[in-house]
Amino acid sequence: MTEKVKDEILHDHNHDGIDRRGFLKCMAWAGTGALCVMQGGVLKSYSLSRLSDLGPSAAAPGELSFVQISDSHMGFNKPANPDVAGTLKAAVEKINALSKAPEFLLHTGDISHLSKPEEFDTVDQILKGTGKEVFFVPGEHDVLNDDGAQFRERYGKAAKGSGWYSFEKKGVHFIGLVNVMNLKAGGLGTLGHEQLEWLEDDVKHLKSSTPIVVFAHIPLWSVYPEWGWGTDDSAQALAYLKKFGSVTVLNGHIHQTMQKVEGNVTFHTAASTAFPQPQPGKADSPGPMKVPAEQLRAILGITDVNYVRGQHALAVVDSSLA
Amino acid sequence: MRKRVWILGLLAPMIAAALLLSGQRFTARAEQAQTSSAEVKIDNFSFGPTTLTVAAGTTVTWTNRDDIPHTVVSDDKAFKSKVLDTDEKFSFTFTKLGTYGYFCSIHPKMTGKVVVQ
Repeated sequence: MTEKVKDEILHDHNHDGIDRRGFLKCMAWAGTGALCVMQGGVLKSYSLSRLSDLGPSAAAPGELSFVQISDSHMGFNKPANPDVAGTLKAAVEKINALSKAPEFLLHTGDISHLSKPEEFDTVDQILKGTGKEVFFVPGEHDVLNDDGAQFRERYGKAAKGSGWYSFEKKGVHFIGLVNVMNLKAGGLGTLGHEQLEWLEDDVKHLKSSTPIVVFAHIPLWSVYPEWGWGTDDSAQALAYLKKFGSVTVLNGHIHQTMQKVEGNVTFHTAASTAFPQPQPGKADSPGPMKVPAEQLRAILGITDVNYVRGQHALAVVDSSLA
Repeated sequence: MRKRVWILGLLAPMIAAALLLSGQRFTARAEQAQTSSAEVKIDNFSFGPTTLTVAAGTTVTWTNRDDIPHTVVSDDKAFKSKVLDTDEKFSFTFTKLGTYGYFCSIHPKMTGKVVVQ
């Protein structure tokens, strides 16, 4: 019993939603994968190697499962990963090998490295290998030089504003947000007034029992503002989601898995399929982290999300590409 | 560009004359010419130097030495680079006095300042 408790995020001693000990422990799993299950408002996290501890209910397939991938940075060719197409293909193989096929994919941005048409083309071509529909939100690397015009032309024709939208799948309400446009000097990610107004309106008619999944590139929680890892006006967005019993926020941008729970909201960031970045404050800058070639795939990955109707929880499983 | 050629054309005989008169005077003029350009390096998600002070007419060149692309955008949009990949450069000539705050529009935590006096 005591051993099992060790691997859970425990109570929030500082009343700020972050248990630092548990938080760091979860981060340390970036290489091996973590399964996070929220039950009755308490997030429990287990390393993938301990999956058997969870019992059949958590591992049981739900009504809806989907996969999040992030930060494919097609076009990046520096020492941290000279073959980002190869690792994205490995991610596709991983997705195709899942025991329960996902209904669709979410890509949480930085599809390309330099917003070049051929970079987007390559990602589209590789992701076709899953045979699944892909929903995208842009990262800052996808909107370079043209304020996101090309991104919207490719992926956001039905979207509002700079590319935000929502859709329903099997009773779950998905909201794709854009927080990489019009960034201000010295600031963090920004949603902006127009998008916030839209969000308020978008969820107004929903029942509070509707499970909500929000996905955006830059974390909607304050991971490490010193490196720009947060969103200035995310608190306003989350305020509009207060009435809902289950809110899951999926982000990318920081190229490592992390999670925390704050009231009814579970925050989760996905690994990159391209290259790792250092843990907050553990390097001079958040630049690409070079690891020995044989270790690279162990810290890149995909995220598999499983929703079981009637449970408050969406189970979030990170798997490495190794 | 044509104007600069004209000035050089004018300067050349003057410099030649100065050389004949005194080697020291030529050195002084050459140093003055060098101050019309300055460099800012982008390393580890920061601009160095963070604050650069130059004389009016100076051309400042930013070089991105990171593995990640950056931009150079002034707060008041007086200048705005295209995205700079590794080792790419952007230059702007400051003709008016003042303080120009700028940042990377991709990583807005990166800020810098050019003071023209």
